[in-house]
Amino acid sequence: MTKSFGAVRALKGVSFDLRPGEVHALLGENGAGKSTLIKVVTGAHQPDGGTIEIGGCQVAHLTPASAHELGISCIYQQPALFPALTVAENIALRLEPATVGRRVNWPERRARAQKLLLRIGAAIDADTEVRRLSMPEQQLVEIACALGAGARIVIMDEPTASLTQKEQHLLFSVVRDLRASGVGVIYISHRLEEIFALADRVTVLRDGESVGTNKVDDMNEASLIKLMVGREVSQLYPPGDAAPREVVLSLKNLGCAASGVRNVTLNVRAGEIVGLAGLVGAGRTELARILFGLTPADEGELLLNGQRLTINSPPEAVAHGIAYVPEDRRRHGVILEMPIAANITLAIHQRLFPGAWLRLGAERQLALDYIRDLDIKAYGPEAPGGALSGGNQQKIALARWLATKPKLLILDEPTQGVDVGAKSEIHKIIRHLAKEGLAVLMISSDLPEVLGMSDRIAVMRGGTITALLPGGSLAHDVMAAALGQAEKGVAA
Amino acid sequence: MSWLRRSARLKKEWRHDPEALMLKRHFRELSVAAALGILLLFLAVAAPAFYQAQPLLSLLTREAPTLVVACGMALVIISRQIDISVGSQFAVCSVCAGLLAALKWPPFLVLPASIAIGALMGAINGTLVAGLRLPSIVVTLATMVTWREGLRWLRQGEFVNLPDGVQWLGLSQANGQRALIITALVVLVLMALAMKHLSAGRFVHAVGSDAEAARLAGIRPQLVTFSTFVLIGAFTGFAAMMNIAQSPQVDPKSGTGLELKTIAAVVVGGVAISGGRGTLWGVFAGLLLLACISPALTHLHIEAYWEKAIQGAIILLAVVADGLRTRSEKR
Repeated sequence: MTKSFGAVRALKGVSFDLRPGEVHALLGENGAGKSTLIKVVTGAHQPDGGTIEIGGCQVAHLTPASAHELGISCIYQQPALFPALTVAENIALRLEPATVGRRVNWPERRARAQKLLLRIGAAIDADTEVRRLSMPEQQLVEIACALGAGARIVIMDEPTASLTQKEQHLLFSVVRDLRASGVGVIYISHRLEEIFALADRVTVLRDGESVGTNKVDDMNEASLIKLMVGREVSQLYPPGDAAPREVVLSLKNLGCAASGVRNVTLNVRAGEIVGLAGLVGAGRTELARILFGLTPADEGELLLNGQRLTINSPPEAVAHGIAYVPEDRRRHGVILEMPIAANITLAIHQRLFPGAWLRLGAERQLALDYIRDLDIKAYGPEAPGGALSGGNQQKIALARWLATKPKLLILDEPTQGVDVGAKSEIHKIIRHLAKEGLAVLMISSDLPEVLGMSDRIAVMRGGTITALLPGGSLAHDVMAAALGQAEKGVAA
Repeated sequence: MSWLRRSARLKKEWRHDPEALMLKRHFRELSVAAALGILLLFLAVAAPAFYQAQPLLSLLTREAPTLVVACGMALVIISRQIDISVGSQFAVCSVCAGLLAALKWPPFLVLPASIAIGALMGAINGTLVAGLRLPSIVVTLATMVTWREGLRWLRQGEFVNLPDGVQWLGLSQANGQRALIITALVVLVLMALAMKHLSAGRFVHAVGSDAEAARLAGIRPQLVTFSTFVLIGAFTGFAAMMNIAQSPQVDPKSGTGLELKTIAAVVVGGVAISGGRGTLWGVFAGLLLLACISPALTHLHIEAYWEKAIQGAIILLAVVADGLRTRSEKR
């Protein structure tokens, strides 16, 4: 089987092939193009160029439905089952033709579901409602669906992310059975040890390009990590300020059971950019949400300027001088229907408008100042936020929080989806702010950005900080820590 | 193909010209106002009788309480909620105010009492919607039925006879009518100013656009939602008082269909049902447009059965226009 694709933006001429009866691992850092590749294979996205061949036949137009017919099944991290229906019904929904007037043969439905579950060694009663199943059990149901559909290609996207050790072993044996029965498995995981335990071959993606397909036996952890990060820092980042100043934020064993963050200890100084690196799901955004009072901490200490605080809501965080520029700015950073001026002043109404009466002239002036200072490209403060480009929207989100005159600025993926020019402008702004004495905590999945911008790098994994590295560390070391391959606690 | 290129160029300029932007941003309000203007002009030519002072005054007086409730409804819909219990709240407030007036309470005490009862019912809606995060359509559907049926059970459909001095607030009919119309207009102007010039107005827009984004900006969306429901309740109580001042008796069935009238006015007036966008001027124009249909038909000697159909068509047109607009913006 061969699949190759041409110039998709997120995917630049990737070639990938999967043989029957093999487990082919797909590896790459966040945003390397793994998900895009999977979406193309499952028909969710159309490739802009290139061809897909399945079983030797070229497939011209792959849709989710035709992918299903061709025996391609995908098992996501979050199982896509209907929680209110039973296991048997869920399996039937995938396998039986969707004809409205057809009579349902309940005993047959049950028997088939039970047989499929038995085949993968899952001790699940087919009459259980799916919402009563644990996450791994739901994954097993997904696998049963795939088997039942006679899948020839099974894609598993980080299937073990929420599994315990024991459940993992069960899953692995199911995957090995699949392989033995001639099914091709595409296996995506951030856990290198799984890849070595399970995969036959591994393809590493980086920046939407394939940097090589190798036999797993020929590789070791070090060579894989090297493949994943092996790129030069091509951009120039504004230099930092070496002199350390007073500690603004100090966290001691901070944790929040609800969001899976535990035992975080970290200092952020004035004038310093601390990069927060880690893979998706490592708990970085969750940590930011704790600091901003969205999911209050339930253990440990949080000190701001030496003062012990509990922050229970965003307004409290704002009052204490904490600003949070969230990720996904189109949804949460900027209110698209509101003019720029209103967007910028949204978090400072109490200060700018005492007595709650809006002084529209003052607001306009403030907006004009920020439009000038941050070089926001728009025809004026009245332009709605939705009319701007991604980079300019991000600047507005930034302006809103700078207007609060914060002591601590938390940035969550500040340059995600921003073009190169705006990106380096935003970098300059962030560095400038740090030089003015702001403490900056920057979450980023863009490894060169973390390396280039940060004075120190905190690496998170499994809800806690596993390594503190000095600025200018090697990409290799950060990646190794994020993947859990480094010793703990290198002090900086 | 030169016209194509030219129109593309025009469009680009359009996007960058602030005046064109104003026009574009208030396009919906302006188009409703234009439709109203055309209707009024047409009536001036085809049926000048429409402009006789007394029927016109009566028409506006009838719509005055509706306008006050519509102001509250606009607020609720801009914050991306809905309140279909206003009609029942209106009936409860009317009957309570009538009973208090019958007990010889002076109007300056009956009015705050009526507002307080409305605000209380609004607070119940608000607690359920904002506090328990239940969908507002279901909550207000439940309270709509509860208040209406509770009132029917308590009062057995009995009318309340009002003492002298309540109707037209003790003024002559014409002056009373003028006073009610002016009151409604004052409420409208104050609300429009508040929406533009108070922080609270901004927050309502922000929460309606994106509650999570508003929360991340330090606004308390649940508090905003709760407040809008209390406000619409208070406005309904106020409107109920304006209503009982128009007749010698209080009809326990008053306010039937008020929710539909106000929601229609709000939607026709250009408030996005998906929240975050809209002005009270548009709502005013929308309300007048819908209110003029019935007398216009009478004067044009068209059967009155057509009123609802035409109103429905206008609402449909407004919703379709909004839908098309949102779609073209997304592109």
